[in-house]
Amino acid sequence: MAKIISKINTRSQEFIDNVEHMQLQVNDLKEKLEQIKLGGGERSRERHLSRGKLLPRDRVNALLDPGSPFLELSQLAAFDVYKDNVPAAGIITGIGRVGGQECIIVANDATVKGGTYYPLTVKKHLRAQTIAQENNLPCIYLVDSGGANLPNQDDVFPDREHFGRIFFNQANMSAQAIPQIAVVMGSCTAGGAYVPAMADESIIVKEQGTIFLAGPPLVKAATGEVVSAEDLGGADVHCRTSGVADHYAQNDHHALELARTAVKNLNRVKPVSVNIEAVQEPAYETSEIYGVIPKDSRQPFDIREVIARIVDGSEFDEFKALYGTTLVCGFARIFGYPVGIVANNGILFGESAQKGAHFIELCAQRKIPLVFLQNITGFMVGQQYEAGGIAKHGAKMVTAVATANVPKFTVLIGGSFGAGNYGMCGRAYDPRFLFMWPNARISVMGGEQAAGVLAQVKRDQKEKLGESWSEQEEAQFKQPIIDTYEHQGHPYYASARLWDDGVIDPADTRQVLGLAISASLNKTIEDTKFGIFRM
Amino acid sequence: MTISNKMFSKILIANRGEIACRVIKTARKMGIRTVAVYSDADANALHVSMADEAVYLGPSPSRESYLLSEKVIAAAKKTGAQAIHPGYGFLSENADFCRLCQQENITFIGPPVGAIEAMGSKSAAKAIMEKAQVPLVPGYHGDDQSEAVIKKAADDMGYPVLLKATAGGGGKGMRQIWSEAEFADGFAAAKREAKSSFGDDTMLVEKYLTQPRHVEIQVFCDNHDNAVYLFERDCSVQRRHQKVIEEAPAFKMSEQLRAQMGESAIKSAKAIGYRGAGTVEFLLDVDGSFYFMEMNTRLQVEHPVTELITGQDLVEWQLRVAAGEKLPKSQDQLAIHGHAFEARIYAEDPNNDFLPATGTLNFLQPPEESQHVRVDTGVRQGDDVSVYYDPMIAKLIVWDENREKALQRLTKALTEYQIDGVTTNIDFLYNLATCQSFVDQEIDTGFIEKHHDEIFHDDQVTLNDELPMAALYVVLSQAEQAKQQAVDSADPHSPWNQTSAWRLNEAHLHKITLAHNELDYPITIEQKRGGTSSYYLISIDHPAFNGKVTDCQGRIENNTLKISIDGYQSQATISRNGDNISLYRPNGVFNFTLVRPDCGLTDLDDNHGGLTAPMNGTMVSVLVSKGDKVTKDQPLMIMEAMKMEHTIKAPSDGEIDDVFYQAGDMVDGGSELVKFTAMED
Repeated sequence: MAKIISKINTRSQEFIDNVEHMQLQVNDLKEKLEQIKLGGGERSRERHLSRGKLLPRDRVNALLDPGSPFLELSQLAAFDVYKDNVPAAGIITGIGRVGGQECIIVANDATVKGGTYYPLTVKKHLRAQTIAQENNLPCIYLVDSGGANLPNQDDVFPDREHFGRIFFNQANMSAQAIPQIAVVMGSCTAGGAYVPAMADESIIVKEQGTIFLAGPPLVKAATGEVVSAEDLGGADVHCRTSGVADHYAQNDHHALELARTAVKNLNRVKPVSVNIEAVQEPAYETSEIYGVIPKDSRQPFDIREVIARIVDGSEFDEFKALYGTTLVCGFARIFGYPVGIVANNGILFGESAQKGAHFIELCAQRKIPLVFLQNITGFMVGQQYEAGGIAKHGAKMVTAVATANVPKFTVLIGGSFGAGNYGMCGRAYDPRFLFMWPNARISVMGGEQAAGVLAQVKRDQKEKLGESWSEQEEAQFKQPIIDTYEHQGHPYYASARLWDDGVIDPADTRQVLGLAISASLNKTIEDTKFGIFRM
Repeated sequence: MTISNKMFSKILIANRGEIACRVIKTARKMGIRTVAVYSDADANALHVSMADEAVYLGPSPSRESYLLSEKVIAAAKKTGAQAIHPGYGFLSENADFCRLCQQENITFIGPPVGAIEAMGSKSAAKAIMEKAQVPLVPGYHGDDQSEAVIKKAADDMGYPVLLKATAGGGGKGMRQIWSEAEFADGFAAAKREAKSSFGDDTMLVEKYLTQPRHVEIQVFCDNHDNAVYLFERDCSVQRRHQKVIEEAPAFKMSEQLRAQMGESAIKSAKAIGYRGAGTVEFLLDVDGSFYFMEMNTRLQVEHPVTELITGQDLVEWQLRVAAGEKLPKSQDQLAIHGHAFEARIYAEDPNNDFLPATGTLNFLQPPEESQHVRVDTGVRQGDDVSVYYDPMIAKLIVWDENREKALQRLTKALTEYQIDGVTTNIDFLYNLATCQSFVDQEIDTGFIEKHHDEIFHDDQVTLNDELPMAALYVVLSQAEQAKQQAVDSADPHSPWNQTSAWRLNEAHLHKITLAHNELDYPITIEQKRGGTSSYYLISIDHPAFNGKVTDCQGRIENNTLKISIDGYQSQATISRNGDNISLYRPNGVFNFTLVRPDCGLTDLDDNHGGLTAPMNGTMVSVLVSKGDKVTKDQPLMIMEAMKMEHTIKAPSDGEIDDVFYQAGDMVDGGSELVKFTAMED
């Protein structure tokens, strides 16, 4: 394979400045997550612990194989979204190894608003289930939740992608032989009761876990019957009498051991359907990515410098290197797995879009996973390009991306604007995973451009009415638009709303992609049937 | 080597375990065919598979098999064995057996009947030695066995005194009496033990030396009036009069004293018309005076140290002498080369008063044998250490050109001895061998008691290096294990095989708890990447560590952890049995247990109100009966296993609801002995 020779001078002032700039953004991310990681307030954490329960992150740690990685998803969910502070949307999701098997783990955080489901909690839970379904990963639910967040019921309960979808997914995954295991470690009230009830196998912790359709207050209100939570739906009731739960656990640790045992008995073999090779570390330190990305996002850089710091041995066999050069395509390996890389190296032209479509066809035919490194301001505009059919060339690439049936992975490493987002496998194109770097921005177009377009419309109106509009007035008009776009295009804003699966440290890109690709291989790669390519 | 025409062509070994194997090895080397004997428990034992033929004797208890003279003789006749090697223990010092051999025209590879008889009774032996002018410890060896007479003799010579069974050996039926007040109780106990061990409770009493060394001389005599001594062995390190580590030559020994003791030993042997291998045991006082203790008319357990320093094969000598040949060497042809140690590896629990342990040797890996390391054993991996016989697993013998080097060999070999399945004394031996006073040769027979704290690590030790070492070992071995599993998996290169506790946007933390001396130490190990390798920031959540963070790097090579702790490089040999981790350091062994999360199951495992047998054994006496009210620690039953008594006590105040055994019953370890209800406060 051809090795990328880096042209970056790590001693240059530019490099050092870039590193510093990225470091600040990464630090900010980690500081925010440090807080989020704590979950609910100190008092609710202490209350939780005093009941002999483990904190949700400790539950996850105890469930996983010792020392194994945990690819947490949507860490910033609900960040700055609600009036209430709902860290991580009150639920921890991710992929981790249990008994050597990659599993989706969904753990309620009862220290956050009693583990109740806000709209974004539902969205995060459903996203984890989607990942499980798409990648054929067993699901382990560590349940400790009061159910739907009642003040927000209209955004939680009724719609297609709301609470009910959780159980719909459980049933359908079970039908697809994707194991569903529930561990009841706290409340499982009302709709929540269906998580263990719909599970293939369920475990309940004595004197902690409860499962009932209606809790004691509702029962009293409805029928006047006075009953304790334990007598209504505790472990003894469900393991000995009702049969709603299968395994009786003494405490959290015991329950998690039982869950591990359940996974060991799944009899699953990972069908790795690609040709694998021994892993080589990249020839360049992955953390040097910090210095590769210019401080000024408008300044261009060679995407190969990034690729060289992600792929095995920095080896990259480029496809059509001399054609449509604003899109870099080629084959490489990440942790020994073959990948096809599609990466922006400037604005998309007709040639680059056709090249991209061709390359995606190759990967789909060969069943090679696709990695998109997205840094795109859009397709080229202007009369010449419209006449050259940029729309149909763009459509070819979008068709290829949309219908390619190989696992796709997208990393937003810079801008993600307009139709470029579609061609480069944005969220709507069902990449198996989508991650953002802290410096990335996402919106229909850049803030400057949007403000410019709106200002132009305004100026036209004013001019029609014969009114004057000073430069200063125009600037005043544009600034809030620019600010709004900056705010809404920021990765935290995006990640809080689950437009991605998480904001990652650029230095972790290789690791995250490796874990994600490996997890995706739990599902056999299928044949692709492309749509009509407009010629 | 020339083998005479008279040499046996086939011998029977009337023993089992390591000594049977040991004898077979030499016999094979000399072209002599071998016959083993075995009991039910030993049907698949190593000595049986090593021998050319094997004859079944009977059920597992030795009195129904290895101690049955007639059956052994019959086996020899059946197989045409011309001679019987008795090993040690069992029939080796049984004059009747020796006589029976003679009658049946089978050579007994050992001394004549008369010599055995002369030395069989301690008091008779002393009388003979007194006549032969061999120095004796002041004492009473009379026939009048009344307590008053013996007590008066003790009072006269002044305390401390030692009470011994005249028929005894190996520390049974032996009691130190430190004052007049202790006499009555000690006398009764010694007599009881003597009775049960030897069927004879005749006692003698001797002056007890407070700082004596146990130095014994190996002698050899033939039928041609030749006698030599093969120098001495120091067997001072003992517990309850059982030898633990033996060495040869003895330290702080002048040539003059060596010759004096050697001559005395030969004098002793000649006084009884000795033939073959024998050992004369002396007490050596600090002033250089020595006293005859007893003579063992057999090959000793610790004979290999003599072999290693003299370059002689004592079993070969035994066979040659028994066949009528002359001694292979004369006194002036014998010399001491270097230094040797022997450590007895036992299945026993040093932390529980050396209670014998039983079980299956699930994993058994002795150190590699070489010109420096020798392992005499009678067991293989998978064998059981049963309740029926001495629980010795092996003898580890090392040699080097001087004591210091030999001791290094010993400690290294001990760290390499890996045994899983039964509790062993290996750590205890290691601590003993690394104990400074042992290194400095400040040794007498009270060594283990005097240095108990040091050997058992009872003193509060700082674990500044040891805890980070054990913690890093846990993390590194976890990685090794995962690597192995990965290689065997369908997805061998997957990053999911990593064990660096990787977390997205978070520190990579391993959290474990290690217990040492019943104290829990929660430990956080942050794994970080520096270049291509990892380093670890280890912090221990315990006030003694005061929030200190230790920066470590390391790797495991075979059983050795190579570690850098804050830039200080060192290493430790580590062995691991499940969650138990032993760290062998120059100053002793440190045991840690990896504490697993509490799954709340201990309550369930509680045997409600039952008291179970701690081991296989025989019920000696039952001290309570149904309906008795008992108080905490009150003795309920006495069991015997491996010739040692063990008392079962009440765990708390309560009532005996039922008793399931009576005296004389065989009891399987773990069976419920009594039904017990604890009294509520």
